Amino acid sequence: MELLVASSVGLMTAVGIYLILRMRSFPVIVGLTMISYACNVFIFASGRIVAGLPPILSKTATGYTDPVPQALVLTAIVISFGMTAVLVMMALGAFFEAGDDRIDLKADTARDSAE
Amino acid sequence: MSPALIAALPFIGALFPGLMIRVGRNACAVMAGFFSLMALVGLGLHIPAILRDEVVTAQINWMPALGLNANFFIDGLGLLFAGLILGIGLLIIVYARFYLSERDPMGQFYTYLMLFQGAMVGIVLSDNILLLLVFWELTSLSSFLLIGYWKHLPEGRQGARMALAVTGGGGLAMIAGMLILGHIAGSYDLTIILQSREAIQSSPLYLPALILILAGCFTKSAQFPFHFWLPHAMAAPTPVSAYLHSATMVKAGIFLMARMWPVLAGTPEWFWIVTSAGLITMVMAAKIAFFKDDLKALLAFSTVSHLGLITMLLGFGTKAAATVAVFHIINHATFKAALFMCAGIVDHEAHTRDIKRLGGLRRLMPVTFIITTIAGLSMAGIAPLNGYLSKEMMLEQAAHTAPWVIPLLVVIGATFSVAYSFRLIAHTFLGAERNDYPHHPHDPGFGMWSSPALLATLVVLIGLMPMTFAGWLVDAAAGAVTGAAVHAHIVHWHGAHSPALWMSVFAVGGGLVLLGLHGSLDRIWLATPRPEAKRIFDAVIEGLAALFARVTEALHGGSLGRYLWITVATLLAVGWYAFRSGSHLPGTRALQPIEPVAAVGWMSLMIASLAIAVLHRQRLLTLILVGVVGLVVSVGFAYLSAPDLALTQISVEVATVILMLLSLNFLPKVTPIESTSLRRVGDAAIAGVGGLAVGGLIYALMTRDFAFPTIADYHLANAKTLGGGTNVVNVILVDFRGYDTFGEITVLGIAATLIFALTETLLRPGPANDRLRTWTGDTQDAGDRHPLMMVVATRIMLPIALMVGIYIFLRGHNVPGGGFIAGLVVAITLVMQYMASGFGWTEARQRIDYHGLIGAGVLVAAATGVGSWLAGRPFMTSNYGYFRIWPLEEFELATAALFDLGVFLTVLGAVMLALSSLTRIAVRAGQTINVEAYDMEDKFEPAAVKEDR
Repeated sequence: MELLVASSVGLMTAVGIYLILRMRSFPVIVGLTMISYACNVFIFASGRIVAGLPPILSKTATGYTDPVPQALVLTAIVISFGMTAVLVMMALGAFFEAGDDRIDLKADTARDSAE
Repeated sequence: MSPALIAALPFIGALFPGLMIRVGRNACAVMAGFFSLMALVGLGLHIPAILRDEVVTAQINWMPALGLNANFFIDGLGLLFAGLILGIGLLIIVYARFYLSERDPMGQFYTYLMLFQGAMVGIVLSDNILLLLVFWELTSLSSFLLIGYWKHLPEGRQGARMALAVTGGGGLAMIAGMLILGHIAGSYDLTIILQSREAIQSSPLYLPALILILAGCFTKSAQFPFHFWLPHAMAAPTPVSAYLHSATMVKAGIFLMARMWPVLAGTPEWFWIVTSAGLITMVMAAKIAFFKDDLKALLAFSTVSHLGLITMLLGFGTKAAATVAVFHIINHATFKAALFMCAGIVDHEAHTRDIKRLGGLRRLMPVTFIITTIAGLSMAGIAPLNGYLSKEMMLEQAAHTAPWVIPLLVVIGATFSVAYSFRLIAHTFLGAERNDYPHHPHDPGFGMWSSPALLATLVVLIGLMPMTFAGWLVDAAAGAVTGAAVHAHIVHWHGAHSPALWMSVFAVGGGLVLLGLHGSLDRIWLATPRPEAKRIFDAVIEGLAALFARVTEALHGGSLGRYLWITVATLLAVGWYAFRSGSHLPGTRALQPIEPVAAVGWMSLMIASLAIAVLHRQRLLTLILVGVVGLVVSVGFAYLSAPDLALTQISVEVATVILMLLSLNFLPKVTPIESTSLRRVGDAAIAGVGGLAVGGLIYALMTRDFAFPTIADYHLANAKTLGGGTNVVNVILVDFRGYDTFGEITVLGIAATLIFALTETLLRPGPANDRLRTWTGDTQDAGDRHPLMMVVATRIMLPIALMVGIYIFLRGHNVPGGGFIAGLVVAITLVMQYMASGFGWTEARQRIDYHGLIGAGVLVAAATGVGSWLAGRPFMTSNYGYFRIWPLEEFELATAALFDLGVFLTVLGAVMLALSSLTRIAVRAGQTINVEAYDMEDKFEPAAVKEDR
């Protein structure tokens, strides 16, 4: 099971990194989404994985998994939605301002903004 | 008055000029003066105690863990310097009131001045070297503001920048030096460091610490080779020059050398570095001053020269020399401040301070002439003025110091000093009256000459009766510097056998000869090429700027891809280094079995992820695949004992996909191929390595046991007893780590507000708005925009979904659910109404403002936290109890549920605000607004309903 989780995290990270290196805003956003999936699963798995032992207290339970990473990841999921929404909005804004969704500045604009 | 309050008063005073300027310029000056005066009076009250050899202290623990305490103390040295800073500061405030013109923003001036004054007083009264460093940097900053006060003058701005670069750079060196010193002494408290002389001087770190601290002192006090910034700082208004460059800023370095004298002085290193820097500065600056035509530049170089003299005296390392240094600090401050103010008066009245355009002013400006003459003769060291007394004592000290080159150079310096002092008086005031002054000069009003006149009076009084007017202060300050009782013996006549007398006679004679020869010497001087400090400095700065512009351009020249690539590559390199520098054993933790259903889920996730990478150019398809990945992730959470995460992930997934679909409505539907295949291969390689690294890391982590006992057990054991809930994740969120959650919902609220603000910007007139208005979609609209089936279904689902939301919310404390998930579920339900029945229909029925929801949520959560104060418990301690209301079964109420309500409201508001912002953009882009729920395409009148703002 550990191998499955680790390979999933690895592949999602790899796809995420590949996409954020693209030149248009949409793949970058998708790439960041993939990286947030990978991060969330990573943090969650750092509490070690086990099936069938949810951290819900009961008299019949034989044990519990670690609840702390779960709590951390829960808020992280919601926050990453907020951040994705901001990015989407910025990408849309840039698209409407510039007329295309390229993320790299053109060479001359780059020099202007650096000065 | 507490020393801390004395240091604080100027800062408090800095708040007022900006306000009082609305009342008037006088009120502004009076207010600044009042606070200086209060501080001065407070300081004066301590004089009797300090003369009894007591030290007045005030201790405030600020950050004891860092050794940073706001400790202040006043001893003789502190008294002397604080007195000079506040006293001359007061005179400058009066002088500046009359000097500044109507056009100058006086409120700003006094605010800067008071800030500077406070920082200086802070330096001289600090009993903690870290605190001292804070004030030290503050003087650099506030002097930058003061020197650049005339923002319209390029020289002012450049001079300010140069001063900041040099003194700020020195300050950085000094921070390092002081930290080393504190490290050696084991404390950052000055009083303790001052007692650790042996430990410090025998430490191998003594020399680095000494050099670093001296770098700070020399830059601040404009000592060779850092002397070049001071003349350029003369572009400041004259009151600033008079204050910063006579009594305060440049004396800060001198002060610190005097303050550290007991622990740093007395070694050969100290003697050679400090004495030679002082000596070179003194002679070289005196020579340059002689050839300067600008009154203020002349005075600036003479200041540099006199500071060199004081530095040299401190460098000698003897008690007697240190005493002379202290005495000369007093004398120099009095005559130099007076001279600067007089130079300002001449400039103010004659509209020039070029000596070559002046001359013969003695009849036109008799008062200024008298004051300048007194102060100038004192600077030259003519009996019986105070400058004479300290110069004689200095010559006496130099005469008895080996090697012989020291007295020789000192005499040369003194000769030039006499020459430029005489030249200042003679070429400005003596000679024939001219008729080509830029402005016909006359003496200014009393207000302007009162300050220099008072200082000139002091020059004479100290000169005539040194023991009465300065002896006690010299004793107290020199006692503090040397750490031993000092009884200075200041007399006018050292006897005919004294070498000082003959050195002095030679200097005066030589000075007169030099003055006589000035015309021809000046021609030679002008004809000789010499390095121009400003040009070198500018070239260095320009070179550095160009270099770093190139580095910046290489790192992030506007290409997001490039700097993300650099970031990823750096992370991987660092990770690789960390991996290689450790040892590794295989993991020992027992692996979980792989069940078939898990393998199926894994397969679909892997295929979907790979497909995203391959097919990412088809954007709609990518979104669907992202949905698949998210779905598998949430199922995975459910499978691996995280039901709360599964619920959250799946609802967020829905919201995310809707959001991206809405944006994709506008964005191009395919990503064109723009990169070379080589680049794609490179990117894929680095992505692959990154994926391997992260996957490997988490595999290594999962196959090992915890290195430390986990905090999970505490939470599991106490969730029920302390938090009153059995869903431990929820209890952590709303109780144990409630403060974190509070922060997180605030961030979420801010993100939503940011989205709203971005939308507002887009909808304002501009290129984006123009593009939106003329927007023509690149895909065909669906013929039936609001299908009947969907409308009916969502209407029926609305109450059910809301009930589910409430149910999930209520049960969350004990079983999976809670505010986050409930908020998302309700948000999705509402979004479905938008999708099914249309924007106009839903908006008309939507009575609650989303901003309000976010605000209410954060407030409710905060109020719950504050509520526990009322019960006398710490912030965010929750409480719970069991209740029974017939006919319900016994149920539990916890204050945490109220907190969770805040979470619920914020999440709901944030998601809705984000999605409805996108809708507003769609409306601006010409999407029609329906009034009735199931309008068909042909019923619209598109043009009429376009949202117009």
